[in-house]
Amino acid sequence: MADKKHVIIDPITRIEGHLRIEIDVKDNKVDNAWSTGTLWRGIEPILKDRDIRDAGLLVQRICGVCTWSHYEANTMSAEIALGIKPPTNARLIRNLINASEFMHDHTVHFYALHSLDWADVAGALKADPKKANELAHKFSKQPYNASVEHYAEIKKKLEKFVASGQLGPFSGAYMGNKLYKLPPEADLIIISHYLDALYTQVTLAQMMAIYGAKNPHPQSLVVGGITSVMDMLDAKRIGQYLSKLEEVGDFVQHAYLPDVDLITHFYKDEFVEGWGCGSNNFLSYGGFPETNDWVAEFRYLPQGVIFDRDLSKVEKVDEGGITESVAHSWYDGPDAGLYPGKEETIPKYTGLNEDGSIKQDEKYSWVKAPRYKDKVMEVGPLSRILVGYVSNHNNIREIVEQYLNKHNANINQMFSTVGRTAARALETAYIWYGAHKWAKDLVSNMKQGDERTWTRFEYPSKETNTSVALYEAPRGSLAHFVRIKGKKVTHYQVVVPSTWNASPRDEKGRRGAYEESLINLPVPNTEEPLEILRTIHSFDPCMACAVHLTDVDNGKLKKFRLEV
Amino acid sequence: MSLKNDNSFNELSIEKIDKRLDEICSKDSEKEFYKKLESSGFSRRDFLKWTSFITAALMLPPAFESRVARAAAIKERVPIIWLHMAECTGCTESFLRTQEPSIASLIFDHVSLTYHDTLMMASGKRVEEHLENAVKKYEGKYICVVEGAIPTKDNGIYLTIGSKGETGLSRVKRITAKAKYNLAFGTCSAFGGVQAARPNPTGAKGVHDAIGIEIVNVPGCPPSSTNMVGTLLHILLFDKIPPLDMFRRPLWAYGSRIHDYCERRAHFDAGEFVEEWGDEGAKKGWCLYKMGCKGPLTYNNCPRYRFNQGTNWPIGAGHGCIGCSESDFWDNMAPFEEPNDKAGIRIPGGKGVEATSDEIGTVAAGVTAAAIGIHAAGSVIRAKSSKTNEKESK
Repeated sequence: MADKKHVIIDPITRIEGHLRIEIDVKDNKVDNAWSTGTLWRGIEPILKDRDIRDAGLLVQRICGVCTWSHYEANTMSAEIALGIKPPTNARLIRNLINASEFMHDHTVHFYALHSLDWADVAGALKADPKKANELAHKFSKQPYNASVEHYAEIKKKLEKFVASGQLGPFSGAYMGNKLYKLPPEADLIIISHYLDALYTQVTLAQMMAIYGAKNPHPQSLVVGGITSVMDMLDAKRIGQYLSKLEEVGDFVQHAYLPDVDLITHFYKDEFVEGWGCGSNNFLSYGGFPETNDWVAEFRYLPQGVIFDRDLSKVEKVDEGGITESVAHSWYDGPDAGLYPGKEETIPKYTGLNEDGSIKQDEKYSWVKAPRYKDKVMEVGPLSRILVGYVSNHNNIREIVEQYLNKHNANINQMFSTVGRTAARALETAYIWYGAHKWAKDLVSNMKQGDERTWTRFEYPSKETNTSVALYEAPRGSLAHFVRIKGKKVTHYQVVVPSTWNASPRDEKGRRGAYEESLINLPVPNTEEPLEILRTIHSFDPCMACAVHLTDVDNGKLKKFRLEV
Repeated sequence: MSLKNDNSFNELSIEKIDKRLDEICSKDSEKEFYKKLESSGFSRRDFLKWTSFITAALMLPPAFESRVARAAAIKERVPIIWLHMAECTGCTESFLRTQEPSIASLIFDHVSLTYHDTLMMASGKRVEEHLENAVKKYEGKYICVVEGAIPTKDNGIYLTIGSKGETGLSRVKRITAKAKYNLAFGTCSAFGGVQAARPNPTGAKGVHDAIGIEIVNVPGCPPSSTNMVGTLLHILLFDKIPPLDMFRRPLWAYGSRIHDYCERRAHFDAGEFVEEWGDEGAKKGWCLYKMGCKGPLTYNNCPRYRFNQGTNWPIGAGHGCIGCSESDFWDNMAPFEEPNDKAGIRIPGGKGVEATSDEIGTVAAGVTAAAIGIHAAGSVIRAKSSKTNEKESK
């Protein structure tokens, strides 16, 4: 019997924030895994007693990547507590800003943070530019920025860069690793788009700034509506948004989607059920309200839960089913999971072993372990796409089937690292269509003479019930819980996407989504844990979000008010 | 306030700068730089446009344009080690949106980004070794950029990095100590930022407060890429830190008040205010002071350069400034949607300054009152810690 080897991977790079992964390797495969968040910031106690109108700007700083999500989820939770809804124009502008964030986030994630888990720089150096051009035309009718000359130039640039010996961020990269499976020409195509994506991300950030003031950390959202009324009334602004949207569409259709097809095609042996996906249950709260009352059925991104990979039905979300366990998290409290409004959380750091490894059987992460109806959940694009597929929401099923047919695949193969990566790309295209629609809706609403952007409200003299906004951030399901009295926040809590996915074990010892997904992945060389990174990155970890949770409010759960 | 009145500026004669440039640049390196530019589709003209932009942003006279261009084409790459502490990665994100990405990324090809958590290809052991080697190899030569605040409570256990579980506090101490220059990018590493807001559960502090070293603060939540890139370039050009204000912020970027350069300033003077979100004043772009705008209390160059290639900025999008480049703004500037009565700013009464201009006698009084109020507010903030101000020479 081969011995187990224990490996600590810290820091995990190309993510937002601070994450450690520890694995046991046996027979060159992952035998066991632990996910550890290594930073705690304590944002929630800071929110207590603040002006409710400041809370959105503050929670926004949980994350500079999904820089709109917490801002909007906070604002929606406050609006639910205050019993108001913003006017149509504000809803549409929020959707337009949010669309730019989704497209930005997905594109930057795939190229800057994830693509080099699939494409090898060393491979690109061996590519034949002529063949690369042919390959690009095989995977797209009008491939983005493709020509023999262009590919030759990119190759030359890479050669020079590697020859210089000063590799900067590429230092120590796993060049030439055998787990890279693309032909050299595909490596070159994807790396050329890696450089093109630097432009696209700037364009997408500008789209957010048109109505959002700036990116990161936009500043035009207020409780009751939006402030960028001048930009809304300026016809030039919608023109700018749409022309940039066209540029982005060109990139998504002719670079991003074909690149994901390349990966699917050449990583066929990994596009199988269970490769890098240990999750059985998938959760989505639904996002992008299409009606002013925000009902779940009419959200552009679907709401629902899938249990046990059963793709015959989707259950409705009942937020009362959410609990969080701190059995293996560095907080004091009972081991069994508690509802987020009930738990009292006090940091209790119990340290690492002398050799620097985590204490596996004790507490080992700043991330808590959320569960839904006592089940481990995966959240994010894969969950949304699956829920949309099963519930036949808008045209999601059609989009997924098109992709699957192209690769002669079935829906169960989506339960994989490749599937997760593809779901993100398919969703980007889906959101792109949505943005067109909302821009059109905004124009037609203003044509009716409606210029309203804000709804007046009154501050409650008595403390409100706990109000929850169920929301979708690019990385998955996000819930903000708030209570307000007068102008002040009396209770605040957030359960974020990466907390679900990066969860440690719970009181029953069940592994979280990252941990479970790593089991059985090949690790022939523990110094170059490429498969580990490929799968962890496919979740798009956002640790600043995941690890900020604490709740100084020990109040009992009051009568619940739910509107989403 | 301006660079010209600053002693450190006077020390640097043009000849000295040229001598330094001769040392660090060569004809060959410049040639190669332009070739590289051209091969990525940028003309020399594009590049000169960029240099004149950045020269102006740095508040340098036009004679410096060619020197800024030379500094960008520097012969030896200055290594940068970029550390992430308690943060949200917004500063890195902002940095990635630089004015002209390809040119800027070339600049950063020249300024070798030797270590950066978010961008490194490798993870774990490989990258840990790389960092330690770089610190050894470039000791006394590298620029250390810190993003994020330092948790200091309970010996800093709220942040650990690396396989040995080193605290952020220990890491930042160790790595800044061997740097040639230290830069704090963003309000968190400058002043503690959001996690340091009351009650500051993790004892988060800015780098200077946490470990007492000299550091250049480039605050903002996040700072514009102009301010980050400009500060780096200033160091390359002069081989010394730019003139700073009392909060260690470069004067070229933080030397003037938002309010004084605001596009809506005329409406303040005219007494035309937005009174409620989405009202007629909001549609017309009136002053946001009554909606809580902290522009009169905030020093930054946002009105001039805006964000995302000049696309927009908070006041442009109808929202007041929240003062994000000032220390402890989460506490001191709150609530953000109400005017700060502690600052004692007086607004032009009645129909504003303009309306009174035909009433002889009241004109002077009105204008003076407003002017005194405004400037007093500015000086209150500045004077707060004037004792520690050794850098500002008046």
